[in-house]
Amino acid sequence: MAQHKVNYTQDGGLPVALTSIDKIVNWGRSNSLWAMTYGLACCGIEMMAAGASRYDFDRFGTIFRASPRQSDVMIVAGTLTKKHSEFIKRLYDQMTEPKWVISMGSCANTGGMFNTYATVQGVDRVIPVDLYLPGCAPRPETLQYGVMLLQKKIRANSANKSQKPKRLM
Amino acid sequence: MRAYKAKDDVQAKAYYTDRFYVSPQVPKQEVDTDAVFSSDLASISAKFEVKESFIQVGQMVVYINAKDIYGVLELMRDSLEYTQLSEMSAIDWLAKDNTFEIFYQMLSMNKRKRIRIKYFIDNGQAVDSVEKLFRCADWSEREMFDMFGIQANNHPFMKRILMPYDWQGHPLLKTYPLEGDEFASWYEVDKIYGKEARETIGPEIRDTARVDRYDSQRFARLGFEVPKGTNITGNEAKNEQNYQEDGGVFLVSKFDKKTSVIVDDPQR
Ligand code: SF4
Repeated sequence: MAQHKVNYTQDGGLPVALTSIDKIVNWGRSNSLWAMTYGLACCGIEMMAAGASRYDFDRFGTIFRASPRQSDVMIVAGTLTKKHSEFIKRLYDQMTEPKWVISMGSCANTGGMFNTYATVQGVDRVIPVDLYLPGCAPRPETLQYGVMLLQKKIRANSANKSQKPKRLM
Repeated sequence: MRAYKAKDDVQAKAYYTDRFYVSPQVPKQEVDTDAVFSSDLASISAKFEVKESFIQVGQMVVYINAKDIYGVLELMRDSLEYTQLSEMSAIDWLAKDNTFEIFYQMLSMNKRKRIRIKYFIDNGQAVDSVEKLFRCADWSEREMFDMFGIQANNHPFMKRILMPYDWQGHPLLKTYPLEGDEFASWYEVDKIYGKEARETIGPEIRDTARVDRYDSQRFARLGFEVPKGTNITGNEAKNEQNYQEDGGVFLVSKFDKKTSVIVDDPQR
């Protein structure tokens, strides 16, 4: 019987150091960021352009999903009205952890030009946001850059640390 | 910063006084200058009381009594060939004499003419629904209720159409503040998290030009980003932003400008 070198009393009995698992999990997570289709207004058109053939989000591993239960990142592209705010919260809650939110465009960031009674003045009043993209509307390149920054953010955090769910309160 | 205006009794009094400015009217013509309109008016006034009528910008405007509206529109649709109700809504005259003006814009494709039927109702009075005559009045009357609070009798589904069902206030009234009243400004917080969350989430920031570089909760200074909530001294280190780690990550190599080509053929 062959003598193998694995010391089962160390490293949780695994022949691989945990940092590598960390890296490979984060590599997987950051390169398969499935985005939830969330076009609310004109910014949604730019988000669709980013997903279509010229800008081609698929090569980042970002594939738009129609269901919150399959998606990792919610790209809030457009004007969030007060009537819709309870649904964005419900959809955010239905996404599985770990999850991230990109707020795309002035409307989603601050309410933008809609300084009115019917517009939520920034989606961060309803759900926690990881990345804010300025612009009205941001070009698809901006969204690509934002997704790459988010990938970097994911890789910078430890994967095996039990992730605290992000909450507003 | 925008100058502060007291907003305590904003629901009670109109503070945008210039919104009640009434622009000068375009000239009106007598109805007998147009043969089609005068015969239409004759058929209407044979059965119903006409208070005032004139032609303005090529369209006839007829003022009637509120109780006659269903009969007048039925007559116009069935006998006078005005088969389309293109629009209907209300005008807020509450500040002037506590009334609403209701208008119905009628179109006849055969005669190529438009007639506007109008009447006044008091504040709080309901109108008669014309939904049985024109299906499009269904949503128009719901919108009128939503925006002005004017109820329509005999309407099949008299509920709000644009604002949520649990909304308070009628936004198109001239006394309604554009940025919303107290209820509107806390609507999403109250509904999702409850009233006790108001302290945590805080009031809406309506000043779009507001930037505070010492507030690290809400703002980040580009190139000098710090973690949220850090006290900013002004001596932060420069933070080079880079879309990817240098040298790339596992199986994903970093884009190199030198080894790439620029495609300049537009037909590629
Ligand atoms: S930020 Fe501009 S482009 Fe985007 S949804 Fe708002 S108005 Fe439209």
